[in-house]
Amino acid sequence: MNSSLILEIAVTILALALLLADLWTPRNLKRYLGYAAAAGTGLILLGSFAWNPDPGSSAFDTMYVLDPLALYFKRFFLFAGVAVLLIGVEFSDRFVTGVTEFSVLVLFALCGMLFAASANDFILVFVSLELITVTFYVLNSFQRTRLVSLEAGVKYLILGALSTAFTVYGIALIFGTTGHTNFQQIAALTGNMTNKPVFILGLLMVLAGLGFKIAAFPFQMWAPDVYQGSPTPATAFLAVGSKAAGIVLLLRVLFIAVPAVAVDWTKLLMVMSGITILYGNLCALPQRNLKRLLGYSSIAQAGYLLLGVTAMSAAGNSSVLFYLTGYLFTVLAAFMVIAIVTRGVDGEDVSALAGLHQRSPLLATALTLSMVSLAGIPPLAGFFGKFLLLKSVLERGAIQPACYWLVGVALVGIVISFYYYLGVVRAIFWSENSGSNERISISWPSRAVLLVCIGGMLYLGLMPNRVVNASVQAVQVLKPTSMPRAVVRF
Amino acid sequence: MSPLTYILGWPLLGAALVALTPRNYRFVIRTVALFTTLVSMLLAVKMFVQFQTGIATPQFVQKVPWVESLGISYYVGVDGLNVGLVLMGAIVAFAATCMSWEIKTREKEFYFLLLTMISGILGAFASLDIFFLYFFHELALIPTFIMIGVWGRGEEKNYATFQITLYLTIGALLALVGLIVLYIQSGAQTFDMLELTRHIQANPLSVNAQNLIFPFLLFGFGILVSLWPFHTWAPLGYGSAPTPTAMLHAGVLKKFGLYGLLRLAFPLLPDAAHGWLNIIAILCLGNILYVGLVAIRQKQLHMLIGNSSVAHMGFIFLGLASLNLVGVTGAVVIMVAHGFLAALSFGLGGYLFQATGTFEMKEWGGLMKKMPFIGAAFVMAAMAGCGLPGFANFVGEVMVFFAAWKTFPVATIFALWGGLVIGAVYMLRAVRAVAHGPLPGKWAELTDAGLWRKVPFIILLGSLIIFGCVPRLLTDKIRPNAEEIVKMATRTAAPKIEPVTVGLGK
Repeated sequence: MNSSLILEIAVTILALALLLADLWTPRNLKRYLGYAAAAGTGLILLGSFAWNPDPGSSAFDTMYVLDPLALYFKRFFLFAGVAVLLIGVEFSDRFVTGVTEFSVLVLFALCGMLFAASANDFILVFVSLELITVTFYVLNSFQRTRLVSLEAGVKYLILGALSTAFTVYGIALIFGTTGHTNFQQIAALTGNMTNKPVFILGLLMVLAGLGFKIAAFPFQMWAPDVYQGSPTPATAFLAVGSKAAGIVLLLRVLFIAVPAVAVDWTKLLMVMSGITILYGNLCALPQRNLKRLLGYSSIAQAGYLLLGVTAMSAAGNSSVLFYLTGYLFTVLAAFMVIAIVTRGVDGEDVSALAGLHQRSPLLATALTLSMVSLAGIPPLAGFFGKFLLLKSVLERGAIQPACYWLVGVALVGIVISFYYYLGVVRAIFWSENSGSNERISISWPSRAVLLVCIGGMLYLGLMPNRVVNASVQAVQVLKPTSMPRAVVRF
Repeated sequence: MSPLTYILGWPLLGAALVALTPRNYRFVIRTVALFTTLVSMLLAVKMFVQFQTGIATPQFVQKVPWVESLGISYYVGVDGLNVGLVLMGAIVAFAATCMSWEIKTREKEFYFLLLTMISGILGAFASLDIFFLYFFHELALIPTFIMIGVWGRGEEKNYATFQITLYLTIGALLALVGLIVLYIQSGAQTFDMLELTRHIQANPLSVNAQNLIFPFLLFGFGILVSLWPFHTWAPLGYGSAPTPTAMLHAGVLKKFGLYGLLRLAFPLLPDAAHGWLNIIAILCLGNILYVGLVAIRQKQLHMLIGNSSVAHMGFIFLGLASLNLVGVTGAVVIMVAHGFLAALSFGLGGYLFQATGTFEMKEWGGLMKKMPFIGAAFVMAAMAGCGLPGFANFVGEVMVFFAAWKTFPVATIFALWGGLVIGAVYMLRAVRAVAHGPLPGKWAELTDAGLWRKVPFIILLGSLIIFGCVPRLLTDKIRPNAEEIVKMATRTAAPKIEPVTVGLGK
């Protein structure tokens, strides 16, 4: 057995074991299986830190690679998995049936993400994307007695199927023109492929599929409705895991498979990034539903992530990784708080937060820090992440002046975002009418997740050195070709 | 550990303690805030006294690498340019905490934000690393917005919050872009100001690069300092802000923009700066004359003080634009002096508002009879505002006028007119309306400030008078660094011409 697949195998075994255990577990104990799933995933996460695989190892004839980038993202996904499983337990009383199945589906989606982190072949790109997307069809509509949840599931199904069709058609065209699906083999050819329209069309279709995953303009239409309607843990996983899977695949496709094309696409990516930022931030302004607001905000965040991709440099790629890591803690904390606060409340209106600082200081602190971090205010993760992204794009500005305009757009987006992020903070601390004053009890696993997320946001903001170094190391496998060795000076 | 770390660390510790204190323990929260800012102020005074005059290199430095791969380090230290500002910041911070008794609701949050803001302010002026300079400034800026939005006063509070947030965020972000491009273009791979300065002295930036960066810094920092015509956020923002916030922002945080221009923009981008000097001289007349005239028309005291504080920024800009030793030294002196003055005026205005519940000057009159101390302090603040000898402002303004006469004679004449005549008109009108004349019957019950309430005013007035009577305390310290700045900023050697790779700026 190839030891490089050990994480995926472990997650799969865990999921299957849970399915079996569900058969013999009495109904009233089933929510504890969620804890077991989270504990198992947590152990796998801890194990991954103790494990030092050979950086060049691969499986399935290099279809699957286990480089530092893959490992970075695998740990990222495993942490997200633990937190999402625990959010799922908080949320489990709102499911009619299938409490355990929810955890199992989360684990299967997680497995897809772990594969996506290692994809080095368009076939594996497709398989892992499908594993993620198909499980999300079910996860999004899991509250099947609620109309909005079903609506979310159907919307995601239709648009997801469409994007899958694009991706697979694109892969077919790429295979048709190059005769390969392996990234390295395609990379060896792309020098003379850049002028073949069919090949470029195929890549564009793959880009569309990935754009759907990360909710970037013009493939962002589904995000707000699905975010709002889906069960909160599914939304959280969609916001963190699915988006990060899209990003890692985008990085791999652009900078490993087709680095020559990536340079030609800088302008295209810049336009995508700029419009995504503006669209997400502007649409988030009037929102009152927390999950919908986070849906639009996640579109804006996708735009910021694309900023780093447009920089076409190692600095840009590593800042994408750093930003994503900050985003992981931030968004998971936010959704955990939402899952707990909306217990027993219908809908997720911002007004549900009124008086939260008195009902539970921990929840109030977590959500406040998470909003402040998303807005990019020091001393939290989001500030340093945005700083790195802007710096990498400005470096590119010396050879591509349009980057200055893109930075301008990003700054406008940041200014706009202050309004709605701080609006949430305002609702927590300064709402006039607080609905109820009873204290909110939080189970200790959820408490631990919140504390870890708070710690992560502060750690990344106050002591970013180690994570910056780790992300710089992780992106060494990506080789953007266009970046000149030294910065071009005027 | 540098004393600076303690100076900015104590308020931060205070913020953490306040956050952990239950909200009902009002006395504890207030004591923690007062104690930590008092310690910070005493440490700053000690540092100022121990500062060795005549050396241009920074003292009390501490450097801890933070992100090595980008050349960012936590690096604090003071030289002649910022030692006075750190001292002034710490004194105003203590005075502002004293004035926070007027906050009666949600005190825990207020003191948490106040102490965070203080720590950010002191950190911004103590930092010798560009990243941390910005980091601390942003840390101070956000609490400002929240404090105005939540504890602000007046009907236009929400509009004022919106406006000040928009303006200052845009200003800060423009400056950030300028700073990052400066970092990239210098090729020095470090955010350390001194190293960056040395690197740029050895390899000056090309004129194109300078022309690209300078406007970002000028307008970014300019918006933060309320340079005309980007000043409209200031009077209303300060008018709506709770007293301690207005004292801290108008007094200290606002000087950040000037400090950035003085320390980074002028010396590092001399060629671009020369092209802008005339424009700066004209814009600063906008501050002095236009905003001064606006101040004359104000009927409410807080708007008058807000406008006058914007008008005073003009003198500092004029001093910077003159780019000679006397002018730059004078500009730094006014930065320090105006910090005390603005804090004093906003503090007094806030006190009167708390006592009477209004800012309308026509409602007042003869308050001197009932409040001899507050009235006298108000008269002294007004006199300092018109530039009366004996107060620190006079020293700085005289230096600026003498210096600017060489380079901008016409602008100096107008500035003098604005400073001496317009300033005197609105200040004396305010004194007449507030302190003198018949006392309306409804204020018969007013009483003067108690001993504790007098403390902040005494400290601020004392500082103004000490630096007014013994300006050498400041000028001797500033001189070596001002010389350095002027030398770099007036460097005439043409920078190396490099091939231009992009169309930008051509």
